Formats: sequence, C-alpha cells, structure tokens
Amino acid sequence: MESVIIDQLKRDKILDLLKQGRRLDGRALDEQRPLTIETGVIPKANGSARVKLGNTEVITGVKVQPDKPFPDLGDKGILICTAEILPLADPHVEPGPPTEEVIELARVVDRGIRETEMIDLHQLVLIEDKSVVGIFIDSSVIDSDGNLFDACSYASVSAVLSSTIPKYEIKDDAPVLVEGVTSKPPVKTLPVSVTMARIGDYIIVDPTKDEEACMDARITITTNSAGNICALQKGGEDGFTVDQLFKCSEMALSVGTKIRKKLEQLM
Amino acid sequence: MTQLMSEDGIRCDGRRVDQLRNISIKVGVLKNADGSAYIEFGKNKILAGVFGPRDVHPKHMANQDTGILRCRYHMSPFSVTERKNPAPSRREIEISKVLKEALQPALILKDFPRTVVDVFVEVLQADGGSRCAALDAAAVALADTGIPMRDLVSACAAGKVADRIVLDVNNEEDQEGQADMPVAIMPNSGKVTLMQLDGILTSEEYKTCLQTAIGGCKQVYEVQRRALIERYFESGVQ
Repeated sequence: MESVIIDQLKRDKILDLLKQGRRLDGRALDEQRPLTIETGVIPKANGSARVKLGNTEVITGVKVQPDKPFPDLGDKGILICTAEILPLADPHVEPGPPTEEVIELARVVDRGIRETEMIDLHQLVLIEDKSVVGIFIDSSVIDSDGNLFDACSYASVSAVLSSTIPKYEIKDDAPVLVEGVTSKPPVKTLPVSVTMARIGDYIIVDPTKDEEACMDARITITTNSAGNICALQKGGEDGFTVDQLFKCSEMALSVGTKIRKKLEQLM
Repeated sequence: MTQLMSEDGIRCDGRRVDQLRNISIKVGVLKNADGSAYIEFGKNKILAGVFGPRDVHPKHMANQDTGILRCRYHMSPFSVTERKNPAPSRREIEISKVLKEALQPALILKDFPRTVVDVFVEVLQADGGSRCAALDAAAVALADTGIPMRDLVSACAAGKVADRIVLDVNNEEDQEGQADMPVAIMPNSGKVTLMQLDGILTSEEYKTCLQTAIGGCKQVYEVQRRALIERYFESGVQ
C-alpha cells in the first residue's frame, strides 16, 4: 500500500515538472542521459563492452564459435542475442527462471540487431548447410535505473563492433581454428534503439526507473544507418494515439543520429 | 522461393494488397469458461477462454486497489508444420505479455479489487498473424464475460511485401516478406494498444503501414461486433 502512495506522489511531481517542460533530473523531454561506452573490458571474450546510460549499467560479451546452422537457414551464420538482469542489479530481482519482462528485454534487443541486418550472416558460412560461425551476444544488466532496452542494445552493438572474428579452416569436414588470424565482424549498418515513455500527454526519451514506474505506455524503436525504421515494440498498460506514434518515430530518428555518431567512433 | 506478388498486384493467396483474409468469429463456445470465443482468421484457428473476476492464486499477486489481468498465449503442438514443443517458448511468453498489455487499457477492473481475470488463448492452427487473431478472439471473449469495458480491442497486421504495403500479412509473406507490423487499437477511442515491427521501412512507409493496419483493425471490429450481436440478440439468448 505504502509504495502505491509514493508512486502517486512521484507521478504528481513528475507530471508537474513535465508541464513546465522539465524532468526530475533536469533533462529536456527529448534528452538522453549521459552515455559512456568502454570496450575490451573482458579480454577472454571475442568482443565486449561496458555501457553506462545514466545510472543504468550493462556488460555485454561476444563469443564467436563454430556451430551447425539452423536447418532452414543453411546459408547463414548464427546470431543469438540474450539479456538478463542480474540479482545484484536491483533489489526487486530474484534469481530464478526469467520473467516475462526479461524475456521481452532479450527479444527486443535481439530483434533490433537482427532486423536491421547489422551483421552480414552470409559471410559466416564455412560449409553451406553443414558448418557456420555463430555469434553469441550476451548482456548482463549490473545496475538498473530504467531503460534497460537501450542500454543493452548499445552495449550489444558496441561489443560486436569491438569484436574480432577468429578464422576457421575446414579439415575432414570439421572446422579447425587457425591461430593468430582474425578479422573484423561483417557489419553492414548500425542499429540504434531509442526508448520513449508516455506519461500523461508527454513523450519522454530514455525514462529512468522512477519515470517507468509511473508511465502509461512505452515504445522502443530501432533505426538503421540509412534512417529506416526496422524494429519496434510497444509496451506498458496503456496505448498511444497515431499522432504520438508518428512523433515517436521522428524522435527515434533524431535522437538516434547522436547515438550513432558515438557508435561510429568504435568502428 | 515462392512468388509473393504477381505483376498485377495479386498476392500468393489470391488477395489484393488491401484485402483481409476471411474472418469468422463465434462467441460463447465453451461451457465452463465465463466468456469465450472461437476465431478463424485465414487458416488461423484460435480459441479464447476467460475466467473471472475470481480469487487470485498465488495470493501475493493480488492487488488491494484493483483487479488484475493475466494472459496466456499458447500454441498446440499440432498447430504448425513441425511439431511444436508444448512447453511455453520465449516467443509465446513475450506474446502473452504484449497481449495482456493490449487488452488492459480496455478493461475497468477498479471495482474488482483482489481478483484476477485470466485470459487463455489456444492457437489450434497457426498461419501468420496469430497474435492479432488471438487478440481479436480474446477481446470478444472478455466482452462475453460481461466485465466492464471501455472499448473493444481489434487487431490486424500490415506489412511490406514485394516493395508494397499490404494489409494482413499471411504466413508466406511473414516468412519471406520485407516487414510485418502487428497493430491493435481500441476502435472507438482510436488508441493504439499493441504495436510491434520487424523488417525495414522508411519513415513514409512506417506511417502508411500503421494507417493500413488501423484500417484493417476497423474492418475486424465490424466482424467482432456482429459476432457479439449474433450471440446476444439474434440467437434468442437474453
């Protein structure tokens, strides 16, 4: 009961500020929190990144290893993208099987990278239908203050950009690692995810945990380097008007441009 | 690869770009459920059953201030070409969540504190767009229970196939097309309560696609309305 009353108070305060075009932490409505990206943080991984988006912090590692292709996709390498919220990241997270929220998080991050076709999977085939290279992108949220979608997405993209792909040769129908030879990942475009929350009639970019606790609805839009919209997920217990959805797509493109510049520096 | 669209704009299942698949909805098809519906949406065959408002188990999920909504979307093992493992997949868990969030805005559960409304959706046969069809059946099943609602929820997808924006993407188009955008609206308020996208669209295509999908939702709404009228006014049930 108590927490509900506090949420209502926070919501009132947040709405009061929004009416004046302000937010609790002083940001503009379309302003993201400071983003810092550090790569190469896990030397045993083929690529890695530690990303801070305000007080939300994520570590992503990329592992590259030979694998069998999916039966119906023999001409493509494997891309698997996961995300989890570690119990040390948030007092409300308990160890155990993934909740719907976590499954949604992982699938939305995966969709952004897959649907923009960031990685040219055709270049990861060793023997068609038999042997391919798999890229596994695993994100762990280690400190949680809202907008885990964008933090995990930026960390995943950064980890891929910083990764090196080992070379494999085929001997007796089996892939064998060639020591000391690596290449850059076949990256075609940079996906940038932008998450927005609707509180009352206001759309804000990059919501914090407090803002998420009192939002009406949420939307995550991923764009590619050519300015196309490639993946989208609406969430939250209320909806959007069509005009709001148009505005969100424009915001995703304009905010995304700034983030993309930052990611390009990693290439 | 199948040809998805002929030169004169006819799709692989014979439809025009702006044409829905055949939809039929029957309300009140289950005896035990408090509300139920069966939908055939193209080759999709989906049952929805609703229970509640009823006691919440486990008890800690209960909310002192309002009733809560739970939703389970499940595919039968025989619903797709290759047998599907009956355990809920990550895809099904995600869809359950987005369906719940799509239905929630239409429900008024404030008057039922400490209770739950359970929506169970079973996809008996799946054919592209099953989450939209599931939502259409679930909304009608909820209406069938008599729980207070602000509006119905109507869902339909649009997408991009052979460089054209098309209404109501089927299975082949979903697999091999360029984009798929499922959308649900509350038809009287116009609010969008479910929206997802995978595939690549320009800003203009994004807007056209959303409006095309909403046009489809409005057509679906008419089918839902007729199904409810048939159940409550024409079959002699009071």
